[in-house]
Amino acid sequence: MKNPDLSNPSPANPLEKSGLKRRSFIKLLGGGIFIFFQPWNPADLLSLPADQRRSLTKEYNAFLQIAEDGTIKCFTGKIEMGQGIITSLAMMMAEELNVPYERISMVMGDTDLCPYDAGTWGSQSVQTFGPAMMAAAAEARAVLTDLASARLGVPVTEMDVKDGVVFDTKNPAKKISYGQLAKGKKIEKRVDVTPKLEDYTKFTIVGKPMMRKDSRLKVTGEAKYAGDLRLPGMVYARILRPQSHGAKLKSADVSGAEKIPGIQVVRDGDFIAVLSEDRDTVDQAVVRIKAEYTFDELPVNDTNLYDRMVGANSRVEVAESLGDMEAGAKASDKIFESEFHDPYLAHAAIETHTALANLEGDKMTVWASTQSPFGLQDSIVRELGFPVNKVRVITPFVGGGFGGKAPHQQGVEAARLAKLVKKPVMVVWSREEEFFYDTFRPAAVVRVRSGIDKARMIKLWDYRLFYGGSRGSDAIYDVPNVKRTFFEQNMDSAPIHPFGTGAWRAPSNNTNTWARETQIDIMASAAGIDPLEFRLKNLKDERMIACLKAAADKFGYVPAKSPGGRGIGVACGTDAGSWVALIAELRVDKSTGHVQVIRVACAQDMGLSVNPQGSLLQIEGCIIMSLGYALGEEVMFEGGNVRTRGFDSYLIPHFSWVPKIDAVILDRKDKPPKGGGEPAIITMGALVSNGIFDATGARLFRMPMTPERVLEALKMV
Amino acid sequence: MEQKISFTLNGKKTEIQVDPAATLLWVLRNKLGLTGTKFGCGTGFCGACTVLINKEAVRSCQLSVSDVAGKEIITIEGLGRNGKLHPVQQAFVDHEALQCGYCTPGMIMTATGLLLSNPSPTRQEIIDGLDGNLCRCGAHVRIVDAVETAAKSMKGGK
Repeated sequence: MKNPDLSNPSPANPLEKSGLKRRSFIKLLGGGIFIFFQPWNPADLLSLPADQRRSLTKEYNAFLQIAEDGTIKCFTGKIEMGQGIITSLAMMMAEELNVPYERISMVMGDTDLCPYDAGTWGSQSVQTFGPAMMAAAAEARAVLTDLASARLGVPVTEMDVKDGVVFDTKNPAKKISYGQLAKGKKIEKRVDVTPKLEDYTKFTIVGKPMMRKDSRLKVTGEAKYAGDLRLPGMVYARILRPQSHGAKLKSADVSGAEKIPGIQVVRDGDFIAVLSEDRDTVDQAVVRIKAEYTFDELPVNDTNLYDRMVGANSRVEVAESLGDMEAGAKASDKIFESEFHDPYLAHAAIETHTALANLEGDKMTVWASTQSPFGLQDSIVRELGFPVNKVRVITPFVGGGFGGKAPHQQGVEAARLAKLVKKPVMVVWSREEEFFYDTFRPAAVVRVRSGIDKARMIKLWDYRLFYGGSRGSDAIYDVPNVKRTFFEQNMDSAPIHPFGTGAWRAPSNNTNTWARETQIDIMASAAGIDPLEFRLKNLKDERMIACLKAAADKFGYVPAKSPGGRGIGVACGTDAGSWVALIAELRVDKSTGHVQVIRVACAQDMGLSVNPQGSLLQIEGCIIMSLGYALGEEVMFEGGNVRTRGFDSYLIPHFSWVPKIDAVILDRKDKPPKGGGEPAIITMGALVSNGIFDATGARLFRMPMTPERVLEALKMV
Repeated sequence: MEQKISFTLNGKKTEIQVDPAATLLWVLRNKLGLTGTKFGCGTGFCGACTVLINKEAVRSCQLSVSDVAGKEIITIEGLGRNGKLHPVQQAFVDHEALQCGYCTPGMIMTATGLLLSNPSPTRQEIIDGLDGNLCRCGAHVRIVDAVETAAKSMKGGK
């Protein structure tokens, strides 16, 4: 353990450089010991999009406080949306500080209390943020041990910590608690070391299953989400919406709405809203506004979009070129060409985008359901002209995100209205608005041309991806001739997507793993060997192989050629630094086309699992969520008009869809932790298409695999 | 026009002055401060707003407050007794049958209604009984497990 120089807490006072003094963190938080840290490698920051790069200007992204009363807090701009980091991060901190996990509080997503963070997405919280936080906690422990050494007159080397009490290992009665040590102190330090997790085996908290911290609040209804907050004089708002993306308001007659008692109509340019203390009243009023719009009919819909993508004048990028395509084709005995069509998907969290905004004096405070509190703060600054120190965003519990709550338009709307009417304003998007303004998982086309030789080895992999995003597009198999080509939006061409798109849990990997693992299955079947054996034969990645074997073991897999009439599908892949393999059994009703997944076995290697209990929850959640995109979810649209606007037409998984799930986490305490909230979602497309093929001999190339499409495919057999 | 409407809410006689056409969900959340009952879709498709009316699970977004005049309403806030969780709530905690927690109150109320009408459901009956409630995080398997556990513990005399 490093011996800190307490007389000079940090080479440069972080309070001066960061503007922290101005924002008075310390004034708000009192005394104690503060450890500031930066989880990002500066080189990684450069790869972030410009609007997420604000953290470059800061020296730290989070800090720990050992308060004078002994309470221990971590302040971070990350947020809890069900994924469980409120628990796993607290575990990591408790481990390093050697205190009971219950004594740790996570202070999250408050722009006044927490330093800047770009947002909570991409499975970064545990794999990138966590180790840095542990390094900061180790530093805090070093500072405390040093203080204890001075107070007790015992050399640091002869001291240890248990349950937050530093003691003399030779005379355990000689001891002092963290709280006593922090009392009357104001120590600030910065951690500069590159964080590394070492010696995982000695951990006593990390790696053990831990129940989540927030259950009791959530089962009693006490947990507060943005829509549950109340302020005196608060009004609800509904905002006039166009029928179609890209529409411009031509005229609006608000007289019908104004006639409703208790309604206030606000108009600010094309932005028209109705406000009332009563939610029912604003719902009734907004539909009484008569509005006319002009818009250009876009000649694209949910049927023709795939041809449009393939035919567009795209920007072409060769992302990988290994070996030679011609040589690969020559070396192949059989060549296979497939085209996959994947639709737009909605995030469809059960909590809609919600925000409460309140202007007090010149300060705007917004409580929002968001994955990006600082992004919302930036948007309010940019769009409404507030100085950054006059906007505070607070994130209560978030009712599901999945990438959909990185955009935060509702927070800007609430702030805009609160500024206009000088009252606290609550914006709760209706379910229709939630669908309409969602930033959908982009639709995509994948074309694969692949080949195998007589020895059943893959010799050719020519992968062309249209508008899908690269994550998960690696060949993963040991192929000598690989080419990956991405066709993307050309800035000179008309936009391919008629509405907003964005990250959806394991972005683009659901498309890529579906296409790859289906193509692999097609080749295995043509080669006349078991699909698991074919994969193992063509893989060199030891961790992928280990997952496949573990999944087969969990499933009780019996090898057989496909189609074998059993309805078993195999698929594997990588995401967020982790490896997953899944095997599923399903039943196809040949008269109705209905597909029922009966059971799924999953093996995941995510390095060290910080909280195996939480990791299991995430794996199960991923598998269940993935049933939706494989079997039911598809956004229907005509031009900019999103037609799918409710749970009646957008089918997310129901209880009756859910299979028996057996998941195993490979114990890799020797490897650093990787993302666990996304990987297990990526394989369901292939599990279902391969399972249907195994059961019936019918092959589907279009998601979701609805009964109608299954019946269509069965006709081709 | 507002009028007086009375009912029993979480065991207490309650009388409010309200527009009889007001949606029960918003009356509960705004007028009565019971925000545990959630808004999810407003059209009866998700179940996040489920409450018990005369011991039957119903969607409060599909009811007017006048529909419950003289009836007994129980919301998620009224399930526990003296700081002790109801067996269904306890089972949700024990099974970690939640993630974001937003659908949870509706799930618990639906499950409680199910167990009141059928104290010994089969696993399939639980699945059928909950099928109209949506959970996006994918806690389904644990929710069914929790309801099975709750059924057993409720039969054991609470």
